[in-house]
Order: sequence, then structure tokens, then C-alpha cells
Amino acid sequence: MIRVMFLPFAMLLTSLTAAVAKAEEVTTFALDNGMEVVVIEDHRAPVVTHMVWYRVGSADEPVGVSGVAHFLEHLLFKATDTLESGEFSATVAANGGDDNAFTSYDYTAYFQRIAADRLPLMMQMEADRMENIRLTAEDIETERQVIIEERNQRTETSPGALAREQIRAAQYLNHRYGVPIIGWMHEMEALEMEDTLAFYDLYYSPNNAILVVAGDVYPDDVRALAEQYYGVIPAEPDLPERIRSEEPPQRAERRLIYEDGRVSNDYVTRSYLAPERDSGAQEQAAALVYLSEILGGSSFTSVLGTKLTFESDIALFTGAGYDAGSLDDTTFSISVVPAEGVSLADAEAAMDQALAEFMEEGIDPVQLERIRTQLRAAEIYARDDVDGLARRYGAALTQGLTVADVQAWPDILQAVTAEDIMAAAELVFDLNQSVTAYVVASREELTQ
Amino acid sequence: MIRVTLALCASLWAASVQAAVDIQQEVSPGGIDFWLVEETSIPFVALEISIEGGGALDRPGKRGAVNLMMALIEEGSADMDARTFQAAREALAASYVFDAYDDSVSISARFLTENQTEAVALLRQALTDPRFDEDAVERVRAQVLSNIASDAQRPNRIAGDAFYAAAFPDHPYGSDMSGTVESVAALTRDDLIQAHLDAVTQDRVHVAVVGDTDAATAGAMIDELLGDLPRTSPPPSEDVEFGLAGGVTVIDYPTPQSVALFGHSGLERDDPDFFAAYVLNHILGGGGFESRLMTEVREKRGLTYGVSTYLVPRVHAELVIGSVASSNDRIAEAIDVIRAEWARIAEEGVTQEELDAAKTYITGEYPLRFDGNGPIAEIMVGMQRVDLGPDYVVNRNDFVEAVTLDDVNRVAAYLLRPEALHFTVVGQPEGLETGPLPPISGQ
Repeated sequence: MIRVMFLPFAMLLTSLTAAVAKAEEVTTFALDNGMEVVVIEDHRAPVVTHMVWYRVGSADEPVGVSGVAHFLEHLLFKATDTLESGEFSATVAANGGDDNAFTSYDYTAYFQRIAADRLPLMMQMEADRMENIRLTAEDIETERQVIIEERNQRTETSPGALAREQIRAAQYLNHRYGVPIIGWMHEMEALEMEDTLAFYDLYYSPNNAILVVAGDVYPDDVRALAEQYYGVIPAEPDLPERIRSEEPPQRAERRLIYEDGRVSNDYVTRSYLAPERDSGAQEQAAALVYLSEILGGSSFTSVLGTKLTFESDIALFTGAGYDAGSLDDTTFSISVVPAEGVSLADAEAAMDQALAEFMEEGIDPVQLERIRTQLRAAEIYARDDVDGLARRYGAALTQGLTVADVQAWPDILQAVTAEDIMAAAELVFDLNQSVTAYVVASREELTQ
Repeated sequence: MIRVTLALCASLWAASVQAAVDIQQEVSPGGIDFWLVEETSIPFVALEISIEGGGALDRPGKRGAVNLMMALIEEGSADMDARTFQAAREALAASYVFDAYDDSVSISARFLTENQTEAVALLRQALTDPRFDEDAVERVRAQVLSNIASDAQRPNRIAGDAFYAAAFPDHPYGSDMSGTVESVAALTRDDLIQAHLDAVTQDRVHVAVVGDTDAATAGAMIDELLGDLPRTSPPPSEDVEFGLAGGVTVIDYPTPQSVALFGHSGLERDDPDFFAAYVLNHILGGGGFESRLMTEVREKRGLTYGVSTYLVPRVHAELVIGSVASSNDRIAEAIDVIRAEWARIAEEGVTQEELDAAKTYITGEYPLRFDGNGPIAEIMVGMQRVDLGPDYVVNRNDFVEAVTLDDVNRVAAYLLRPEALHFTVVGQPEGLETGPLPPISGQ
């Protein structure tokens, strides 16, 4: 069973975050103590998803304690004043529900899926651990071992994950996005109780939290329950403004070679610093969603797929990725796994030539309309997944967007033009803001 | 037509969770059985098709043929090459996923109501008239070979391949259905055409449709999709016994964390003790953080991020398996703890409290699975594959509730055999060597 989900693949995945529920199914309000509430109604099944999102993630950690946000997330399943260690999850399970949590750069979130009539109990327990955790020295010792094993499992045993860490560390010169969510091993090993409690006391507060309730519920009922359980928790007066060290102008192309004998297929990947969705200004990000789809979305019809797999024998796989949701500067990436007998240098040259040709040739209008249709359809399909909708709102609201931004996003996507996309491409494809990585089994093969 | 209206109940609080899933048992005009749930609130349809046979139908020396064939279904058909076909699919915003498994192949489709006629016609073309163009075959063959190479570097896959090869040496279960570098390299276009004739047939098909449609529309759609497929297919593979004795196999691999896959023989899905075994496994290692193994290995000792066990009733063999990953210097201790817990639950059984908690979770969680058109279609096809009727959805929690403490402990005593557990460990584990395991500590 997995307690934590990361978003470590964001650079390599394309995000089609187009879909939202119809506006009339979503209700939002705030409690007096500053806690925001989003209610998404879906009455098809008597089930509810209850989530609390904190506007704090690994990129908000103090220097020297990387991994503390994620470590704290684990520790929230230990004891409180009124619950024993493990009793939270045991109680959810004993009521026929599932629970878990996840940490990313910009947020930490806790959730339960359960019969809708169990919502009060979930709120009672979630509100309890917002202010009443009681950690022991033994909790710290054993759970620190668990997160170290988690890092072993997710990162140390995966050459791809290790390469991504190095790429992000090179991509971000000054921002904490360059530090892994799970933490650097040497800092994880030194995490202590004071580190976690300092983080907890400051950030786990109603005025830093968003409640998302999705499923077979009505907004008035949720409001009454939220006021009863969360409304009584005082706001944190010392909650700092969320200011993080920003990137300076990036002025040098960075190139890496990551060598690991466990790499089965060498590949080249490049990431560029890119703008993210900003409140009231999502148009550029919307254009980049299209650019990612056009260049690498479909292995059959995308520009890289067509040029490197179908019209030549350069590549086995190609891809492009753009993570539109991010509080600060995000990345846009392209990757090529060369076919047998093609060197990484030749693959990179072919990738660059394909990009150059694309900038010259522009966008195939038929391809553009296909992608527009798929983004519109994605809204329909997304309505079948109320959990996904809940996550969409929770993530957006912790990443500087508003409910209005989330609801405007599908229309903004539909309005993107070829000119918008080409302008965004001109902006993003700046080698001085890029990291190009060769991920290889053996460095010697590069010279052959 | 048989129509059964079902209410999904979590029995301890029956009034609270009642997801009405109205399953209609239908027969298409062409005679193909299918299950339908009409759900008109969102304008799309989810379609799930499973055809028994799968990779086990690979002909002698042609390991990987069914897998490669299924990967090529989306690579061109009728008068469309791969790119033309995909462009047509993308323009409809439909999705078709073709998969091959050891004992079946599957087709999962999702399409909008507004263009379902075109989406179904395109899917029919892919299923009935694939081209297997030479350039597509070579491109996908290279991708499959790349995946095989990649799997050879993944500790979990190395462990799985070795474990199953030793457990089922003369059976398709003993080899990966992707095939080997040699077998995949040798496959010809004729082999793929044969694999298509063998594995994509209508004689052992299971179909479920969920979404914005009705019985008449769905029946016609199913006939269009499947009606022209071959009506017979080769016999499936034979049943086989789990053939691996207790002990350890260590496979050296340079990595800081060892992975272990472990198991012994299990129980058939239609065994009268299946539900008792299911509850037992939940308590041992199937549940979440509350399972005994998670408590002992992770929560108390911090030896792993995750440990879990599964009942695996496959079509031709049954297993109880589990997996764990720990640092090289701690995996031996993790294995000691797992063996001790295996012995403890077999000898002492579980408590009434554990049984009650497990039942509440298992019955309460069941309705949560029915949370979308696609998941409901998958569940319905899964039920058909193991010969369950639509009423299983209502009766299933009663079967769970009927399990007694005596049942669980009786099953624990014969099903869980610590001395029979075989651990296949990939990594550089300290204090573990290939061979028999010492007596269980603390016993």
C-alpha cells in the first residue's frame, strides 16, 4: 500500500488538465477563520471524498531540512491527544473507507473516500490532527526509516528518478523546485522532531488550508459541518506570506551526463523553464498545453513522433511534457529515446532539427482542431471522475489560482490560436534557460 | 432480457450505502451475451471486452505473438495506415486500449455519444481488419524489444520472472508473455495473422457496456464489433501445480535496496473457502496500514515502505504471493518477520476483533469501487470471467459476512504454510543465500 504519491514524472508527462464540472455543481465559501471550502456535488453514488489541502509543500521548507514536509505528512498518521498511533486509518477502514495523503512541491493533502454519511466523523478526525498531534521519539526513529526506505524504493533503485533529480537541480538555480520532494538522503537522515513540529505549528492552520468535499453531499450540510469541526480552530496569526526564492534570469545552457549501469535504453531529454498558470492570466499556459500536445502528445501524429519515428528511423519513443499547474515557474520538456544504432548526439541533433522545422513550418490546422476536440471531450470524460475534480480544485487553490480560474480554464483552452502557440514556443525555446541531459548506461558509448 | 436492479449495501449500515447499479443482462440480435448499465447523465459510453485465451494461445516457438499482435491492432487497419487510423481516432476524441494478458486479451473503449457511430465503426475496423504493415510491425517490434531490455534491469521484474519460471517450468505461466529477445525477433507477419485468428474471437468473449446508451443500440454495436470475428479458438492451456519448494533464491543485482517476491500455492476462486481466505489475507497483508505485516514490518520496525500479500486465483493455477522491499542490510530481518507472522497466523489464527474490523472494511469498501462508467464496466466483465451472475453484486457482502472466526482460522491452518514459502530476492542482501531457510525464529 502506498501512503504517499509524488508528482515526480511531471516533466515527462503531458497534462491534459482541461476538465471541470459544470459551474452549477460547484459551491465555494470561506469560514470565519479563513479556511476555504469547495463543494462538488455528484449524487450518482452515496459516496464522498473528503480532502484537506495545506498551502505548503516541499518548496516551502527551510534550508537544510529537505523532506520535512513529506516526513510530517507521514507523521500525521501517528497519535493525537485523543487518537492512538494508527487509529486514524484504522477508524476510516473500520467504517469501510480508504484514506491516504500526498505531498508535492506546492501542497500537502490528506483525503478519505467513504460512505457519505461518515463525513462528520472524517471532519472530526481531520480537524483533530490539524492541531493536536502528539509525536514520540520512537515515532521519529521508525518513521524516518520508513521514508528512507521509500526514497530507496522510489528513487535510489530507479535510474530515471535519479536522473530527474539531477535535471531539476540543474534547472532551478535558486528556487526550491530544484530540491526533491522526498528530500536529499543526507538531510532526511538528520530530520528531527523539532523540524517537523516547527513546520506543523506554523503551516497546519485553517487559514492555510482548503477543504474540498466531493460526492453525494449538499453545500448547506457541508457548511454546517465545516463550521462545527473546522470553524472552531483559531487562525494562525503568524502565518507568513508565501514568498519563495525566485529564479534569477537564467543565462547559460546546462548540459548533463547521468551515467548508471541500470539504464536499459539511453535517452536524451531537455527541459526548459516555462511559465505556469497564473490567476487571471492563464492564456500562455493554455498555449503551452497545446504546444506539448502538438510536439509530443500522440506518438503517431505529433511533430516529434512524425518526424523522428515515421519519416525517419531516429527514435524508438518521443515525448513532450508540460506541467501547467505550479505556483512558480514550471518546466516544458521534450525527450527522445533513439532507435538502435542511433547515437544520442544524432538523436539530439534530429530533435533540434525537428523543432527548427516546426518553428519554420508552423502548425497543421487539422492537428490543432483534433487537439481542441480532445480537450473539449476531456471535460465530458472528467465528469465521470469526481475524485479527479476534487484534486483539480485542491491543487489549483494551493497553486495560486482561484475557483474562477479553474472554471475559466476550459474556455481559455478552447480559445487558443495557432499564433498564441507559436508565440509561446518562441518564448520557451531558449537554450539559456534549458537543461539537456544524456542518460546513459555507460559514458564510453558516447564516444563511440 | 433479464433485468436485475441491485442495491449495493454495506451490510452493517445498509441504509447508508446503496448505490443502485441497474445491471441488464442482454443478448445481442446476433446472439452475443452482454451486460449493460444505462447511465445517461454524462454523454459518453464505456465499453469493456475481454476474450479468454490471451498469451497462453501463443503457438509453440512463437512466444510473444499475441502480445505483439495486440500492440499492432491500433497500428493500421483496412485502408488506413497507423497514422491515418490514429488521426481518425483522435478527431473523434475516442480512446481504445488494447491489452494482452496471460489468459485473456482486452479491449477498453470510451467514446462520446455524439459520434458513437463513427467511433464504433473505427473500432470494428481495427478488430476485424488489422493490416500488420511491415513498417508498423518493425517499429512496434523494436518497442517491445526495448521493453524486454528495460524489464531485464528492473529488480521487481527480475524477481517475478525468476519466481514464475521456477514455479511453472513447463507452462505459459512460467514465461513472460512478451516473449524473449529471440522469440520476438523471429516472429513473422504470418505469425501475427495466426495470433489474431486465435486470440481475437467471439466464442469466449465477455462484454459490458456502461453509459449513455440503451439495450437496442448496445446490442447492434456489439454485433457490429464482434459479429464477424471467428467463432472458434484453440483450446486454452492446461491447469498446473505450483512447483516451487520453500527456501530462498538470491539474484545478485547492484542496488541499495533488495526486493523480495514470495509465495506458495493458493486457493481456487470457486473454492468454498475463498471468502474466508480473502478475509484472512486482508488481515495478514492485504489490507492497508492495519494489516499484521504492515504493522510489524513497517510501523513497528521501519523496515520497509510497503509490504503486501495477495490471493492470486489465476485460471490455471492458484497462489498466495507477497512482496517487500528493504535496504540490503535489512531485508533479511524483514523476511524473518514475515515468516514469523506467517507462522503465527497459521498457528494461532486471528482474533474476533480483527475479523470484525476486516469485514467492516471489506464490505464498506466494496460500493466505493463502482465510481464511474469505466470502473463499472471493468467490474462487470471481471465477474463474467469467473462465472458470477449480476446478483453477485448484491450477495457478495453477505458472503463476506457469513465468514466465521472458525472458518478463517481453519483456512489459516492449512492455507498458510511458512515452511513452503519461497522468497526470490533481487539485490545484494546481507545474510541471505540461495538455499533452504533456517527454522523460523521465535517458533
